[in-house]
Amino acid sequence: MTEGRPRSFYALAIFFAAYVLFLYGPMIAIYVLSFQGPQGGLTFPMNGVSTFWLQKLFQGTGIVDLGAAFRRSLLLGLIVMAVTVVLSVAAGMAFRRKFKAQSILFYSAIASLIVPSIITSLGISLEFRIIDDLIKAHWNENFETSMGLLTSGLGAHLTWTLPFGLLIMFAIFNRFDPRLEEAARDLGATPWQAFRHVVLPIILPSVIGIGLFGFTLSWDELARSSQAIGSVNTLPLDLQGLTTTVTNPDIYALGTVISAVSFAVITLALGTIHMLNKRQAAKGSDAGKGLV
Amino acid sequence: MDTSEDILQQASPGLIPGSDAARAAKVTRLSPSFISWLQAGPMMLVFLAFFLIPLVFVVIVSFWDYNEYQLLPAFSGRGYTDTFEGCIAQLPDLCTIGKTYLMTLKLCFLVWAITLFLGFWVAYFLAFHVKSKTWQMGLSLLCTIPFWTSNVIRMIAWIPLLGRNGLVNSGLVKTGLINQPLEWLLFSEFSVVLALVHLFTFFMVVPIFNSMVRIDKSLIEAAYDAGATGFQTLVNVIIPLAKPGIVIGSIFVITIVMGDFITIGVMGGQQIAAAGKIIETRVNALQFPAAAANAVILLAITFLIITMMSRIVDIRKEL
Repeated sequence: MTEGRPRSFYALAIFFAAYVLFLYGPMIAIYVLSFQGPQGGLTFPMNGVSTFWLQKLFQGTGIVDLGAAFRRSLLLGLIVMAVTVVLSVAAGMAFRRKFKAQSILFYSAIASLIVPSIITSLGISLEFRIIDDLIKAHWNENFETSMGLLTSGLGAHLTWTLPFGLLIMFAIFNRFDPRLEEAARDLGATPWQAFRHVVLPIILPSVIGIGLFGFTLSWDELARSSQAIGSVNTLPLDLQGLTTTVTNPDIYALGTVISAVSFAVITLALGTIHMLNKRQAAKGSDAGKGLV
Repeated sequence: MDTSEDILQQASPGLIPGSDAARAAKVTRLSPSFISWLQAGPMMLVFLAFFLIPLVFVVIVSFWDYNEYQLLPAFSGRGYTDTFEGCIAQLPDLCTIGKTYLMTLKLCFLVWAITLFLGFWVAYFLAFHVKSKTWQMGLSLLCTIPFWTSNVIRMIAWIPLLGRNGLVNSGLVKTGLINQPLEWLLFSEFSVVLALVHLFTFFMVVPIFNSMVRIDKSLIEAAYDAGATGFQTLVNVIIPLAKPGIVIGSIFVITIVMGDFITIGVMGGQQIAAAGKIIETRVNALQFPAAAANAVILLAITFLIITMMSRIVDIRKEL
């Protein structure tokens, strides 16, 4: 490995390290700054070290009701994650065969990924406004709104997470050996048994990856939520609102807490994926090993 | 799924009378295409309800009328005429919408050029210089993890560095390079471009890396053996083969920047007008038809850019 690295290797390694520093440096700066002392301001140098601002955040004093926003975001994130995993795996299975409307679904997913979020968000808000007007006009004059966290909000988030889920499923089945499934069928497994006992265990690590995308993308989603979430705010929306008004490290403390949840989820998911891969390597097929 | 009956039937055929007919009925009912529909249908429905129909509403509402507080479902071109107000009268000067789109395109171009440069070399390093799979995986993950964290946090993270009393300014003042803190570091075009590059280079790295790892290493050796210099190999072998990834990454970055209003809002101190920002402003003023008209214009321009770029490469083939 060490012999004869070209000079370009070292140049690019430094370039890469600089890029990683560029990626993480600013984030680390605010994590550090959220431990400012009580007199500390928005910038370095640190004015003492304390958990004052984090405590203040949890006491709920000062800024908006973050506890409620936290619970809403968590609930929405978990639901988005579950729906994304189920729908993506199902649709991914469908794509292994040819079926009508295949290309419609594919292009819808790609379009949903690249059409600017503000347009999707505006469209959903118009759709729900028009539904509300229809309900008010024809059925119930006192009807408030059908917009909300788990109607328009959930839909808006799914338009963002499902394309990622589908693309990951494509990647999985590109390198999936269909003979494994055929073998299961030859041994008398029903399609469901073949899926449950053969396909799912093999793709499970990547399916957890889909869940990771589903949760984290929803947890941090902002652009699509902006018009479509209804009257309540999610955590990122509250955070964005604070960027224009707050002048003390509250905002860094909040950022640190939100990131802590992201990192906990990332660690959990990656840990599980690593464990599953190890188990697959240890207990997986021993086919052919006796022959060589 | 009546699996127990299937198993029984297999174990001793003929035990369950009439089940052959039942099985035949089941087989015809659950034809492969029906199963595909069951599997793909739910996702299709979500896109239909929350993406395709909303887009249709955007187009319809863009032709509605409006007053100060509500939508008026009657045909009107007011959303568009309001948007292009003064565009002919002010010629040869650019009207507001013209200036806004010029600014958006400028940001787009800058961010595209920088992310392409960064993304290409990061992907190149990962694909060609990192030999061990484990390291490749680990370093790719290192580039991906920030993508799973909050964009807003990654924006405000620049404040302690770029602010008037931030690290950069105080560092420069201390070393005596400048006497007064630089004002253009934060809440400026510079900080917008910096933040967009910071957030979205990932979208360039992933597709380019994907294209690069698929390049057969023997092609590069062949070029080397045939006497090509490193630069010639790069220009004549690697870049053409990485082109699909470059195009896909460019589409992602350009469409994101075209529609962005959050980064431009937060990092521009809410002072910079951009295509996505107009839509937000109009919505906040409850002028939905005008917002929708702007959305249609933005959609048309974005679509135009994508069509031009996808001429170069068949996206479907690359996934």
